[in-house]
Amino acid sequence: MEIFKEYFWAFLVGGILCAIGQVLIDYTKLTPARILVSYVVAGVILGGIGVYEPLVKLAGGGATVPLTGFGYLLAKGVKEAVAEKGLLGILTGGFTSASAGIAAAIFFGFLVALIFKPKDKA
Amino acid sequence: MKLTPAEYSEMAKKASPGTKSYKTIPIAFLIGGLICMAGEGLINLYQYLGMDQETAGAVTSVTLIFLAALLTGLDLYNSIARFAGAGTLVPITGFSNGVVSPALEFKSEGLVLGLGAKLFVIAGPVIVYGISASIVYGLILYLFKLY
Amino acid sequence: MSQKIGRSTLVLDTFPSIMSYASVVGKKEGEGPLARYFDAIFDDTTLGEKTWEKSESRMQKEAVSRALEKGGYATMQIDYIFAGDLLNQCISSHYGLRDLNIPFYGLYGACSTMAEGLSLASVFVDNNLAGFTMAATSSHFCSAERQFRLPLEYGGQRTPTSQWTATAAGSLVVGKSARPPFVKAVCGGTITDLGIKDINNMGAAMAPAAAQTIKTYLEDSHTGPQDYDLIVTGDLGLVGSELLIDLLKRDGIDISGVHNDCGKMLYDVEAQDVHAGGSGAGCSASVLCSYLLKKIEDGALKNVLFIATGALMSTTSFQQGESIPSIAHLVHLTYNRE
Repeated sequence: MEIFKEYFWAFLVGGILCAIGQVLIDYTKLTPARILVSYVVAGVILGGIGVYEPLVKLAGGGATVPLTGFGYLLAKGVKEAVAEKGLLGILTGGFTSASAGIAAAIFFGFLVALIFKPKDKA
Repeated sequence: MKLTPAEYSEMAKKASPGTKSYKTIPIAFLIGGLICMAGEGLINLYQYLGMDQETAGAVTSVTLIFLAALLTGLDLYNSIARFAGAGTLVPITGFSNGVVSPALEFKSEGLVLGLGAKLFVIAGPVIVYGISASIVYGLILYLFKLY
Repeated sequence: MSQKIGRSTLVLDTFPSIMSYASVVGKKEGEGPLARYFDAIFDDTTLGEKTWEKSESRMQKEAVSRALEKGGYATMQIDYIFAGDLLNQCISSHYGLRDLNIPFYGLYGACSTMAEGLSLASVFVDNNLAGFTMAATSSHFCSAERQFRLPLEYGGQRTPTSQWTATAAGSLVVGKSARPPFVKAVCGGTITDLGIKDINNMGAAMAPAAAQTIKTYLEDSHTGPQDYDLIVTGDLGLVGSELLIDLLKRDGIDISGVHNDCGKMLYDVEAQDVHAGGSGAGCSASVLCSYLLKKIEDGALKNVLFIATGALMSTTSFQQGESIPSIAHLVHLTYNRE
C-alpha cells in the first residue's frame, strides 16, 4: 500500500506541475524557453523559502523530475556549500549539486548531435 | 478602414481559434505525471541496487536526460512532444531536448560555432538564470547567517 | 507603355503574356489537393543536398530550369530575372540562380515575392525594356523553421493560428504573345501594420495589407468584386482570410463569394495538420505556377486578382518586440486581352 501511495503522489504532483506549464503555454505568450527558465528560478525560490523540501519528501520523483526540482537542487546545493565553505560556497554550491545533470545534458547532447542527422520534417 | 491597432487586435483575437485546452491540459498532466512516476520508479530501482538516495536521484536525472537525448536523435521526441506539450517540456526531459535539438540542427554550421555554440541556445538561459538565482539565494543565506 | 492610374496601379496596355511556368514542391504539398498540377514532387525534400538551405536553392533552380525548358527558352534569351526568398540575404535565390547567367534583380518581399517579381517582370516587358523576363521564388519548411522559429527536433506544440511554411518553388517567363494568361494590370502595395506581434499568427498580421491593396486596386480600376471570377490571396490561411473578408466588409466591399487563399488551396487543411493553412513564398508561387495559371490558360478562369502577401519582420525585430509590418502586391491576370 505504501508503494502505491508513493507512486500516486509522484504522478499527481508531477502531473500538476506539468499541467501548470500547459496553462502557461496555452494562455500566455511565454515561449517554451521562458517557461523552462521560470520553472528553474521558481524552484530556486521555493527551495530557498523551504516550501519545496516537503513536496520532495511527499512526491519524490514527482517533485525532483520537473525542472522546478532542478532549481530546488541548486538552492539545496548552495545552502549546504555555504554552511560548509562560507563565502565561496555561494559560487560553488549550485554547480556542484547540479553538476551531474548539466554535464550529462552537455555530453549526451554533444554525442547525439555528432552521431545523428537532422531528419526531414517538410 | 480606419481601424486602430487596438480594434484590430480585438478582431484578430475573435478570428483566431484558441488552443483546445480541454485536451492539452489533461494530456500534459497525464504524460508529465507518468514521466515523474517513471522517475520515482528509477529512484527506487537505483536505491534497491545499493545507491544512497541522493545518488539515486542524480542518476535518475542522468538516465532521463539520456533517454530524451536519444529520442531526440531518433526523431521521436518531437512527435511525442507535439502531443504531450508541457508534459514533456517541464520534466528534465524538456531540458535535454532543448540541449540536443539545436546542437543537432546547427551541426551544419560547423562543430564549434554550430554544434558547440548552439547547444546552449535554450539550455544557456536556463543555466544563467538558475545559477544566478542560486547565487542570490546563497548571498542572502550568507549575509543573514541563515545556514 | 504602362499607364499609371489612381494611387498605385499600372495598367499594362500590351498585355504581357505568361509564356511558360513551372512549380516544384515537397512531399507534403504533393499529398495535397493540387498534386496533379505540379511539375515535380520531391518526396525527399533534401533533394540530395547536405543542408536545408542548399535544398531550397536547388528547388528554386529546378523551378526556373523547368519553366525555361517547358517553354523551350535558353537562358540567353531571358533579359532579366526577378527573384527572392525568405532566407537571410535571399541566399536561396542567390545560390540557386548563380550558375544561370541571367541578369538578376534580387527582391525581398517575403511571401509576396511572386506577385512583386511578376509585377516587375511584366512592367519591363510591357515597356519594351526586355523581350523576356522571369520571376521566381521559393520557400522550404526546414530552412524557414530553423531561421525563424526553433530547431526542427525541438519538441514544441504549434498553436492553432500557426501556418505551415510550404516546401515549394515557382517560376515563370513573361513575354509578348497572343496566348493567355495575360497580365492586365499590377498594383503595388504599401507597408501596413496594425500592431500584430504574434509570429504564430501571420495571417492576422498580413490581412490588413491585403485589404488595403485590394481596396486600392478596385478604386483605381473602378471595378468591384463581381467583375472577377476569383480574388486569390497568397498565404493568409484560415484566420487571415476571415479577417480580410471582415476588413473589406467594413468598407462595403464583399469579396466572400469570390475569395480564396493559396494557403488554403495548397493543403487539405484539416487532414494534413497544417493548422491555419500554408504560408511561405513558395506557397503562393507554387499555386500560381500550377493550378491558377493553368485554369486561366484554359479559360476556366477569365479574370483573376492574384494578391501575394508578405510579412516583413526579421528574427531580430521580432525578438525586440516589434509588431509585424506587412505588404501585399496585386497582379490582375486575364484570359482575354481587353
